[in-house]
Amino acid sequence: MRDTSIMIVGVGGQGTLLTSRILGNVGISTGADVKVSEVHGMSQRGGSVVTYVKMGEKVSSPIIEKGEADILLCFEELEALRWVDYAKKDASIIINTQRIDPMPVITGKAKYPENIVEKISAEYKNVVTVPALELAEACGSIKAVNVVMIGVLARRTGIPEEIWIESIRKTVKPQFVDMNIEAFKKGYNL
Amino acid sequence: MKKLMLGNEAIARGVYEAGATVASAYPGTPSTEITEYIAKYDEIYSEWAPNEKVALEVAIGASVGGVRSTCAMKHVGLNVAADPLFTAAYTGVNGGLVIFVADDPGMHSSQNEQDTRIIARAAKVPVLEPSDSQECKDFTKEAFRISEEYDTPVIVRLTTRVAHSQGLVELGERDDIPIKPYSKDPGKYVMMPAMAKRRHVVVEERLSRLAEFSDSTTLNRIEWGDRKIGVITSGITYQYAKEAFGDASFLKLGMVYPLPEKLIREFAAGVETLYVIEELEPFIENNCLRMGIEVKGKALLPVIGEYSASLIRERVFGQKQEKYNSIEEEIPVRPPVMCAGCPHRGVFYVLKKLKLTVTGDIGCYTLGALQPLESVDTCVCMGASVGMAHGMEKARGRDAARKTVAVIGDSTFIHSGITGLIDIVYNKGTSTVVILDNSITGMTGHQHNPATGFTIKGEPTRQVDLVKLCQAVGVDRVRICDPFDLEEMERIIREETAAEEPSVIIAQRPCALLKHVKFNGALSINTDRCTKCRMCMRLGCPAIVDRGTHIEVDSALCVGCDLCTKVCRFNAFERLGGEDA
Repeated sequence: MRDTSIMIVGVGGQGTLLTSRILGNVGISTGADVKVSEVHGMSQRGGSVVTYVKMGEKVSSPIIEKGEADILLCFEELEALRWVDYAKKDASIIINTQRIDPMPVITGKAKYPENIVEKISAEYKNVVTVPALELAEACGSIKAVNVVMIGVLARRTGIPEEIWIESIRKTVKPQFVDMNIEAFKKGYNL
Repeated sequence: MKKLMLGNEAIARGVYEAGATVASAYPGTPSTEITEYIAKYDEIYSEWAPNEKVALEVAIGASVGGVRSTCAMKHVGLNVAADPLFTAAYTGVNGGLVIFVADDPGMHSSQNEQDTRIIARAAKVPVLEPSDSQECKDFTKEAFRISEEYDTPVIVRLTTRVAHSQGLVELGERDDIPIKPYSKDPGKYVMMPAMAKRRHVVVEERLSRLAEFSDSTTLNRIEWGDRKIGVITSGITYQYAKEAFGDASFLKLGMVYPLPEKLIREFAAGVETLYVIEELEPFIENNCLRMGIEVKGKALLPVIGEYSASLIRERVFGQKQEKYNSIEEEIPVRPPVMCAGCPHRGVFYVLKKLKLTVTGDIGCYTLGALQPLESVDTCVCMGASVGMAHGMEKARGRDAARKTVAVIGDSTFIHSGITGLIDIVYNKGTSTVVILDNSITGMTGHQHNPATGFTIKGEPTRQVDLVKLCQAVGVDRVRICDPFDLEEMERIIREETAAEEPSVIIAQRPCALLKHVKFNGALSINTDRCTKCRMCMRLGCPAIVDRGTHIEVDSALCVGCDLCTKVCRFNAFERLGGEDA
């Protein structure tokens, strides 16, 4: 397969780790070499969290750098803005239209930027917005935001739907499989 | 079969395949998952120890007892375990002994950036350094073999990007390693001067033999390419260097101590310009310089922080990072925060209100130093809060002690806070220690500890009774309080800081992320009642946001812990759906 670099950005607690694991398993199913890089610990507690998924014939560095990402999967608008210069100019930028105020905004020391999606769309052609929180709620759990986002992404990769569903089945706990597959389809069919 | 594995998971797999049977550790990012994955193998006895020193002593004991044993920790954990390490280097092993130490360049989750290779060299212990998940597994097995062949503990050094990256790993079978006989051998295992003098000679001879091994092992290899540029590198920086230098020649080191000096000379002679690419200290570089080999390294690249392919391109080839878009926007930082529902929030709210000096410690509650709670004054190392509060009292007197408290988590208190408390009692201090007992080791991702009553496998066990423990060392004033009962918390803290003797306050409430913790469901704000006095904003709850025109609860984040209802004087908070909270 051609080399694909996917960056997942969001806020600690939004389920980006599970997302990268599902993506990693999908990569393997296609026969690619895969590396996934995560951050644990202190930065996970409500901080800005970024994980990298790289697939290709042979992957060396697990890290994606500025201007390298083919897909930027953003779980939150401000985080989309923070990391957008990691995307290639023609990258798919998928943005969950959710806003989570960071503490400097909460305490009034900083302002949450306005019109983030418009600003990014002015620079990048392939921007998709997703009301992932609402779609997840409709499936019965706001925790399924990440799987809705995977669904939107899956549609843009050319990797068959079954491979994604199989990877979700393998990665999430058995009691949540049905709910997650429903959430995936909501994103996939958007 | 190939499987996508975290570096730490691949280490655990290596421990399993190497036939090890005993593993002990104290959690610490980025090393924690090694032991969590080991615990999934029933063939290996695993445990959480109270601290890294005990963990290593358990592993040494198991090794002397004749089995392959292991111990994992983060870089600062090795400081705690340094005492047994330096002398285990003298005793050597019986069954193989491998110690995994994870460094954290860039300090994603640490208080400093120390380089384990330097401690290992001081301890005279060999070091292997894998660069991806497959090597994590392979090097682990080789480390056990080296340990037994050379009769030495072996350190496998990881960094965050190796420990927390997933890559493909080819799985193998578990080796059947029979337990070795144990025979009494004071000359080897009793390190008092007469015996230790003889053992030191053995250590130095062993290091010479290991240096020869380093020159011949396949752990170190030359990849000849374009000979204009040669790069000596190891670990994760090998991956960055491969991307940055392309078809240059590489000396890829898997064994970084002792270094393969013959191989380095051969490589240096074969290339025109020689670079050393290594994160943190100039460990390989200084060794090359001592050998009289000219290299370029830290003159170009920093000793601070993580490297990347683009950083190398910029510093070595002068390639400036281009600008990728023209968005000009002030982007607010997003520091980590205490979760919605976090029990620590109540304690820090009260400590800030009382304007106390707070000696802090290592855990989620270190976040009490950040806005808006800004309560914690110090954070140095595991357990330091207790000793430092005592030191503050001895420096500034009894009046200062009335305005000072130490704050420490349950797991950290067991790790090394209890010894500080004994010091306070023994040396007639009057400090107040607040133990934040959230029933789990939180920051590292929910591990059990001696105060939770469960083992690493989740089996019930004898629980350390914190009250009795504090009483037993001589603290008569031990109080228990719910940190969400703000009035009671304030009253108790006032009483105990005023008391002319040591006190311990145990703030007891489980971590909000524990599965069994149930709250009442999200709140909302009744804007008719809200006067925008902003008292609730002082809690620093990520779920309460100021929209300018009004204050709002983010129902996706709010868990319904109701702490905000206790600071709101206008009953403005309601359960979603309209009821008064």
